Amino acid sequence: MRFPLTWLAELTDLPADRTGEDIAADLAGIGLEEEGLFGPEVTGPVVAGRVLSAEPEKHSNGKTVNWCQVDTGDGEPRGIVCGAHNFSAGDMVVVALPGAVLPGGFAISARKTYGHVSDGMICSAKELGLGEDHSGIIVLAELGLDADDLQPGQDAIALLGLDQVALDVNVTPDRGYQLSLRGLAREAAALYRRPFTDPVARLAPPAAGENGFPVVLRDEAPIHGAAGCDAFAALEVTGFDPAARTPYWMRRRLQQAGMRPISLAVDVTNYVMLELGQPLHAYDRALLGERIVVRRARQGETLVTLDDVPRRLHPEDLLITDETDGTSRIIGLAGVMGGAELEVGDSTSSVLIEAAHFDPISIARTARRHKLSTEASRRFERGVDPLLGAAAAQRCAELLTEYGGGTIEPAATVISRVQAPAPLRISAAAASRYIGVDYEPERAAELLERIGAGVSAEGDSLTVTPPSWRPDLNAEVDLYEEIARIGGYAEIPSVIPAAPGGRGLTDEQRARRRVANLLAADGYTEVLTYPFTSAARFEELGIGEDDPRRAALRLANPMSEDQPLLRTELLLTLVDAAVRNLGRGFKEVRLFEAGLVACTGSATGGAAPGRGPSFPPGYHPSDEELAAILGSVPAQPYHVAGIIAGGPGTGERAGVWGRGRPAEAGDVIDTVRRIAGIQAAGVRTRAAQRAPFHPGRTAEFVLADGSVLGHAGELHPKVCQRLGLPARSVAFEIEFDALLRQPDERSWPGVLSTYPVSRQDAALIVDDAVPAEDLAETLREGAGALLEDLELFDVYTGDQAGEGRKSLAFRFTFRAPDRTLTADEASALRQAAVELAAERHSAQLRG
Amino acid sequence: MTTGHTAQDTPLDPRDETGVDAAVREAEQAFAAARTLDELKSARIAHTGDRSPLALANRAIGSLDKTEKAAAGKLLGQARGRVKKAHDSRLTELEAEAEAAVLAEETIDVTLPADRRPLGARHPLQLLQEQVADYFVGQGWEVAEGPEVEAAWLNFDSLNFGPDHPARQMQDTFFVDPPESNLVLRTHTSPVQSRSLLERGAPVYVVCPGKTFRTDELDATHTPVFHQIEGIAIDRHLSMAHLKGTLEAFAKAMFGPESAIRLRPSFFPFTEPSAELDFWFPQKVGGPGWIEWGGCGMVHPNVIRAAGLDPDEFRGFAFGMGIERTLMLREGINDMHDMVEGDLRFSARFGRKA
Repeated sequence: MRFPLTWLAELTDLPADRTGEDIAADLAGIGLEEEGLFGPEVTGPVVAGRVLSAEPEKHSNGKTVNWCQVDTGDGEPRGIVCGAHNFSAGDMVVVALPGAVLPGGFAISARKTYGHVSDGMICSAKELGLGEDHSGIIVLAELGLDADDLQPGQDAIALLGLDQVALDVNVTPDRGYQLSLRGLAREAAALYRRPFTDPVARLAPPAAGENGFPVVLRDEAPIHGAAGCDAFAALEVTGFDPAARTPYWMRRRLQQAGMRPISLAVDVTNYVMLELGQPLHAYDRALLGERIVVRRARQGETLVTLDDVPRRLHPEDLLITDETDGTSRIIGLAGVMGGAELEVGDSTSSVLIEAAHFDPISIARTARRHKLSTEASRRFERGVDPLLGAAAAQRCAELLTEYGGGTIEPAATVISRVQAPAPLRISAAAASRYIGVDYEPERAAELLERIGAGVSAEGDSLTVTPPSWRPDLNAEVDLYEEIARIGGYAEIPSVIPAAPGGRGLTDEQRARRRVANLLAADGYTEVLTYPFTSAARFEELGIGEDDPRRAALRLANPMSEDQPLLRTELLLTLVDAAVRNLGRGFKEVRLFEAGLVACTGSATGGAAPGRGPSFPPGYHPSDEELAAILGSVPAQPYHVAGIIAGGPGTGERAGVWGRGRPAEAGDVIDTVRRIAGIQAAGVRTRAAQRAPFHPGRTAEFVLADGSVLGHAGELHPKVCQRLGLPARSVAFEIEFDALLRQPDERSWPGVLSTYPVSRQDAALIVDDAVPAEDLAETLREGAGALLEDLELFDVYTGDQAGEGRKSLAFRFTFRAPDRTLTADEASALRQAAVELAAERHSAQLRG
Repeated sequence: MTTGHTAQDTPLDPRDETGVDAAVREAEQAFAAARTLDELKSARIAHTGDRSPLALANRAIGSLDKTEKAAAGKLLGQARGRVKKAHDSRLTELEAEAEAAVLAEETIDVTLPADRRPLGARHPLQLLQEQVADYFVGQGWEVAEGPEVEAAWLNFDSLNFGPDHPARQMQDTFFVDPPESNLVLRTHTSPVQSRSLLERGAPVYVVCPGKTFRTDELDATHTPVFHQIEGIAIDRHLSMAHLKGTLEAFAKAMFGPESAIRLRPSFFPFTEPSAELDFWFPQKVGGPGWIEWGGCGMVHPNVIRAAGLDPDEFRGFAFGMGIERTLMLREGINDMHDMVEGDLRFSARFGRKA
């Protein structure tokens, strides 16, 4: 809401010692955040001048300029060059004299141009910051200023209000009343403890009655039971001069409020809306039918609104219609925009002024549906004083007749079905406890009275009747806020509450941090990529149509139609960060990301998406309803993924220490092992085939409970190729939550054995297809409880192993809790292991 | 070689005190003269070996008269002790010298590059969220989490946003398809308020850091995916003064002891009274000043009701602020792009120190 401070000052006293900046800061303190402070932008001598003569001179550049002699009140006429042609000798114009500074820091001086010394500048509206008009210079008579009252040399800054400061404030959606000077002035008066002049108080609006133009309020389909229109005032003004000009002060105020002056009849409706907060509409009386009917739209109806846009109406849209001989015609989208057909025009001399009150929800829905946010709809959505209609229509009619002549028809229609707001009872002590400031009952009452509430106090108890323009005041806390706000948030003390003592971070939270820190210490850099992805990306990663990971949630309104899906794995988007860093010249890129991914299945195994219900505010759902809500939220497991990509030194860089080596599957397999390790989870590895990995170089990690933790390995060559990643990039992705679900199977002997270890080696020849991990598992089982450690220290394939066979050399470390093992005992344990391996895997002991 | 008794000369008489003393001194001189461990070894053999004068003299004691044996034995014993001591002392010296020489020879240039693997880093937004969480854990609060794809009821309705509430239009929400699914990408971390109340009941003091989403195009100051930290405290006695105290202490923890906060009335559906939160930033570029930081207020009774609690018994406050904005202000980061693109240089600068 933008307005000149001088207008505000007409309705309340602003402290004389406060500058525009001060007032903006003060108002922010009661919730009116400053959006901008405008002007004054013109300084120095700017005066009214009378053009004595204007000689057109054609110049070699093809331009014709006027060489003018202008009386600026200082005896001698001034010679001024002017490029505009919309004036003639005798006109009063605005002259910026040397020394003046115009908007944009434009300093005026006497300067040589077109063969003359131009001793000042004749100004256009745009040059003075009075609007966008730059088609010609200002002729003061055309601004609606009476030329007879003007004197050459008269200060034009004061005359045109160029010294005024306009403030733009942000009005929060609950405070519709602040979208008016009436509301703002009341706030300023409450803030500064000054008197407030209610501009409504001096009006004598028509009383309730239906003597005037016939109006019928209908609502066949009220929204949430609220009638679309519960108050309607209609006032006729006849016989005014269609050519009457809007007075300059009103045009200036409209312009300072960011509105464009149009014609007197339209301007007065806008002016009164700004002044009182009541949107009004003027219909050309001559074009209006027999009666007005407010009703909902019917299927298939259309309307061309004032902006010349044809609109297909929705049965929920509230309409203003008129009827002639029983034929209905739509003349406006109620509370949003009038129809083009009955627009006030150049020849309109009689109007019907509408000042109605509409249901905020109905207006909000219509405005949203038609993407038509107007000055009127913004106010109705946020709440307009429902008792204001007749007064606003009266004010509008008075202004119209004052400046345009004509007559206010005495017969008016004023319908009101508005319920009086219910009083609220609050306790000053409760307000004090809530806010933390000690409010005496008298002070609390006084603070509430300043916002216009009716208050009767009985001891600590206050009975408060909210003013009609405050539909936002419905509960005790709403009044607590007003008490605190007008009293000032600054007086609220700071008290640190003593929380009852928490349990610290959860195991899960600590585990997540440990993993992230482990990866960072291991050379990975953490990134946070956007979760948006596409079907094309799944294809690039080789994740086929029937892969469960393709069941991604889709956004109804994605940022980009190219990326409508939510990732089901982090690698889908993590690869982008790798490609970007490589593109920016990094040679070795090691990245990780940790975060949620979204699946389509539900978290609780309950309802699939599509069943989340909606309830009114403050409603506590039943257990079943709550289960349905929580069940509608898809499962979102916490994943950790990493990628290593780049040149030949990704495993170890080349340098003075050596030739380096590229990263290989083992590097990321080791990373996952470390992650599992810090969570003390036993994890087994097996070969797997899974996109986006190399079919022969993918490790799948299996947890104690048989669930799959995740995968690590080399990326498929085609995946690297499609994404523009270097060949043999490696990556991993795990569902971290799975680790946290594992039972704690760590054992503890009670006390550690300090007897010496006994080491035994055995090389076993097995089929190539036997995974080392399986053989090791068998050996552990066969060796029994005294085996402390088993290490695979050599893998050999070649003649001595035989075709299709390999030799795996293991080192057993045995230790007993109660004695030193003899060599024979250790050999026997080894032998047991080897025999089990022979039985299970046909393993042969190598000589 | 010095002159004196040798095996070739007349054997040393074990009773000859002067002769024995001379032999000891000869040995001492020989050890001292040895410059290497090998030379010391030769000298040791010459002066303590089987054929050395002192060894021979010692052997000769056996043929002495019974009355002379004790004195001669004592003389030779002392002499051989002195020789051994001299040898061992020189041995220690020479060994130390030899070791020092080897170590000197093995010296390398430790300033050669050793960056065999890249240095890793955390994302600074994550570190900041951890820092904030730690601060509140230190105050006795707990850290709560919630899903990013959220039920509309939790993101809006439970927070007192009715379906037609104008505030619902203020936020540009990502909706999950089909819209009837009533699922959204959470527009704020506030649904965790409701989740915390539903799961934990009251009293409750939790903060929730996390990812949030709004349909803003990425530019220097906006990103469709960003992070917030939400706090909610519900108890029987809380007032707006406690909100102010909590935020003031938090601002000082984040921006230094000279920082302060200011509340300005505002509107949020889930709080009443509501306030915008400004903090005093002593290190602000261009001079200290107030900076908009977040929103806060007393939790609306409807939020408490929706969670199944009685607003006549329980009340409290909530607050939320942007992590990106906090980091940008604190570190002087000018462009959101750097924060979201995952460039290694960004984390290298801001992600190695919490």
